[in-house]
Amino acid sequence: MKIQEYTVSKYNFEECMKCTVCTVYCPVLQVNPAYPGPKQAGPDGERLRLKDPYFFNYALKYCMNCKRCEVACPSGVHVADLIQAARIKYSRDVPKLRDRILASTDLMGSLARPFAPVVNGVTGLGITRSVLDATLQIDHRRVFPKYSGRSFEAWLRRRAKEQAAYREQVAYFHGCYVNYNYPALGKDLVKVLNALGVGVQLLDKEQCCGIAYITNGMSDQAAKHARHNLEALRKAVDGKGLKVLTTSSTCTLTLRDEYPNLLGIDNSDVREAVLLATRYIYERLEQGATLHFRPDFRLKVAYHTPCHLERLGWGVFSERLLRMIPGVEFTLLDSACCGIAGTYGFKKENYEASQAIGEALFSQIRDIKPDVVACDCETCKWQIEMSTGFTVRHPISILADALEA
Amino acid sequence: MNTPDTFDVIILGGGITGAGTQRDCAMRGLRTLLIERSDIATGATGRNHGLLHSGARYAVNDAESAAECIKENMILRQIASHCIEETDGLFITLPEDDLGYQKTFVESCRRAGIDAQVIDPDLARRLEPSVNPDLIGAVRVPDGSVDPFRLCAANMLDAKLHGGQVRLHTEVTGFIREGDAITGVHTVNRQTGEKRDFHAPVVVNACGIWGHRMAGLAGVNVGMFPAKGALLIFAHRVNNLVINRCRKPSNADILVPGDTVCIIGTTSTRIPFEECDSVAVTPEEVDLLITEGAKLAPSLSSTRILRAYAGVRPLVSADDDPSGRNISRGIVCLDHEQRDGLKGFVTITGGKLMTYRLMAEIATDTVCRKLGVDKPCTTAVTPLPGSEEKSYEAVAKRIWESPSMAQKAAAARLGTSAERIRSGNRLDDALVCECEEVSVGEIENAVERLDVSTLTDLRRRTRVGMGTCQGEFCACRAAGLLARAHGCTAQARADLQDFIQERWKGNFPIGWGDTLREAEYTQWVYKHVLGL
Repeated sequence: MKIQEYTVSKYNFEECMKCTVCTVYCPVLQVNPAYPGPKQAGPDGERLRLKDPYFFNYALKYCMNCKRCEVACPSGVHVADLIQAARIKYSRDVPKLRDRILASTDLMGSLARPFAPVVNGVTGLGITRSVLDATLQIDHRRVFPKYSGRSFEAWLRRRAKEQAAYREQVAYFHGCYVNYNYPALGKDLVKVLNALGVGVQLLDKEQCCGIAYITNGMSDQAAKHARHNLEALRKAVDGKGLKVLTTSSTCTLTLRDEYPNLLGIDNSDVREAVLLATRYIYERLEQGATLHFRPDFRLKVAYHTPCHLERLGWGVFSERLLRMIPGVEFTLLDSACCGIAGTYGFKKENYEASQAIGEALFSQIRDIKPDVVACDCETCKWQIEMSTGFTVRHPISILADALEA
Repeated sequence: MNTPDTFDVIILGGGITGAGTQRDCAMRGLRTLLIERSDIATGATGRNHGLLHSGARYAVNDAESAAECIKENMILRQIASHCIEETDGLFITLPEDDLGYQKTFVESCRRAGIDAQVIDPDLARRLEPSVNPDLIGAVRVPDGSVDPFRLCAANMLDAKLHGGQVRLHTEVTGFIREGDAITGVHTVNRQTGEKRDFHAPVVVNACGIWGHRMAGLAGVNVGMFPAKGALLIFAHRVNNLVINRCRKPSNADILVPGDTVCIIGTTSTRIPFEECDSVAVTPEEVDLLITEGAKLAPSLSSTRILRAYAGVRPLVSADDDPSGRNISRGIVCLDHEQRDGLKGFVTITGGKLMTYRLMAEIATDTVCRKLGVDKPCTTAVTPLPGSEEKSYEAVAKRIWESPSMAQKAAAARLGTSAERIRSGNRLDDALVCECEEVSVGEIENAVERLDVSTLTDLRRRTRVGMGTCQGEFCACRAAGLLARAHGCTAQARADLQDFIQERWKGNFPIGWGDTLREAEYTQWVYKHVLGL
């Protein structure tokens, strides 16, 4: 007899064996009983939703989209994609003003940047935070990231000529955080790449990757950004034959996987060219490139792998890179979510859950007492710094510090 | 048990015909007893497509059946809304089919009173994205889907609410006679071994294909034609409209979306009577169903299959047609007093799931005439318990305000009867079946109200174990609840084994890919984790 050679289903939901491993690994379910858990919200719920959209459960909004269920799944089910896709398709919730503000990272960045000292001062005030809590339900205990007075783009543009002089070139998708809040990371990347003999270019007007729009129920807006960014990526990848490096793990996952999987926008022609900078640098070093490190460099580093980097399977590159720096005393922190999940932890209704999820990680950091926590994700950085008091730095910045001047 | 053993009418057979007849008799004030050898809906009732026929399929060849179907279709929408999905259906013409048939088809439908609308193939593709995109013609008809287990249970429940009694897992071993009249039955309970006699001036044989044997036991002959039909259940719904082929009825040309799955079928093969109790699906049938099914909806060729099963149509033989396709699906009601001189015995057979209510009405009219009772039939205008309100959305909102997924699913399964589900605490709200969202409260409701003695009985009433994992997780939990309700752990353990074995029976013919992986995994869990 003829058997079916293979079976397929959207997001592989039918390949679920109901083993429930995803449920064990879901950080939200451990702290929030109102969330049905990835198996229920994902493959189980999908069969009912296919019968009638009425079976869509609004508790799906508690999913942080951390993708730990997908990492855990032995059957290759795209559990988190399934949940986010269901939210996009069925949720009739209109995003609140608060959600719109939190999601518009680049708009808020460009508005705040010119007035950075004032904005930083104001958002740091207890009274502002109480007002934001009362009016917008942004939790008053949350510490806001500071804005930078000058954007990274402006900084690099002024050095375009100098960068163009390098024989090898890469493009850099810096993301909102590096551009508006923390240009120092971008500068560190340029320093490291230059040391490898590689010049850095900007993309042709990148926009926010759009992940915050997706998770806040504004997928149309996200799709606009995706199409814009893909054009910019194509100009660099197809037009100039460049690799496009990133420093944010979430931006990377969004550009590579969320665009096709959640927004249905094909990126197959440029996807493989988008790489996390640590992976690119590690591979260059493996191929024989050399960096010269300071002989006196000493640092006790505890590395936290962000959830989205776990999903990409690339945490190993950041880890290896840190381990190869002479003078680094390295500890790999247990795989755990810090609880912030982008804009999730900023929302008043999620604050308690967010902190409870991160507690295991925080207490491990407090026990180890590192000089610095290393991490590739900006929102993990805010969360860990706020919750533990330890400084968090990007592996690229640590690498830059360790280089001989 | 101190219950009466004398009734006005005894109905044999717990399929939809028996349940419907009991309800009608009970509503006309008769004291009724229904006896079923196994559980409800174990024969043809539970082993078909679950298609709420518009009658269009029969329109060209069997105008009478078509007219009955559309009339009953409209009635069931009113009285059995919680058992029905008003999906509508398509009759599609593929390039290899004769488009000329469409005209004959539509004219026949209209003559039978079926609203058949020819629609543009483009519109068909938009209405039903899973449909074969190569279609060259489409007709929209008022098909739907019906859950036969639910329908059967609701009829029986209503009969009980009207004073009827139900004895499941009870086999008739012989008839009690007085001269040329049947006045009762000898029975044995297959679970307890208890032997009992029951008396009534009329006994109705509503045993489907087994009616042949029952008639033989009573000493009369009803010539029947056992025609096996095989079907496949896919693990999720690929379509939301019923998809039929617009051609002469043939193999595997109907795809029905029902609850969380969709079902392709059927085949038609004559089988000997001895095989009626153990019909198995053959590899050739599976091949045929997949190949033909993929012509209706191409995605079926790569969609996970959950189970294969087969039923036996209780056709009444009329001629020598070897396939059984040309036999009328019409209703046959035999008053054996007139036909064979045997008083007190009526056989109701033929017909279809769709026309069960009409069959019950005809049978009950015959019973009433024999008993001298003059009461009109009201089953066409009285909603079944659960169907008093049409929208499950409204029902769920009224009961729970902001219902959980399991509560929404329960309202969709039980209609207004969902009110009786205990909820609001952690135990009652805990899920037993995760695939189909069945809570502890819903299981307990079934155990208390719907005559459940085994896990398989429970499955038919709640969908426990009907989902993707095929009982892997829920069976143990449900066995625990049954053990508590019946106060016997040993019995529950044996029951659990039977249940898993029964699930495997349906997996076996399509045991490859993910279904095989799931079955392997189930085996590991049961053998190595639970030590069973």
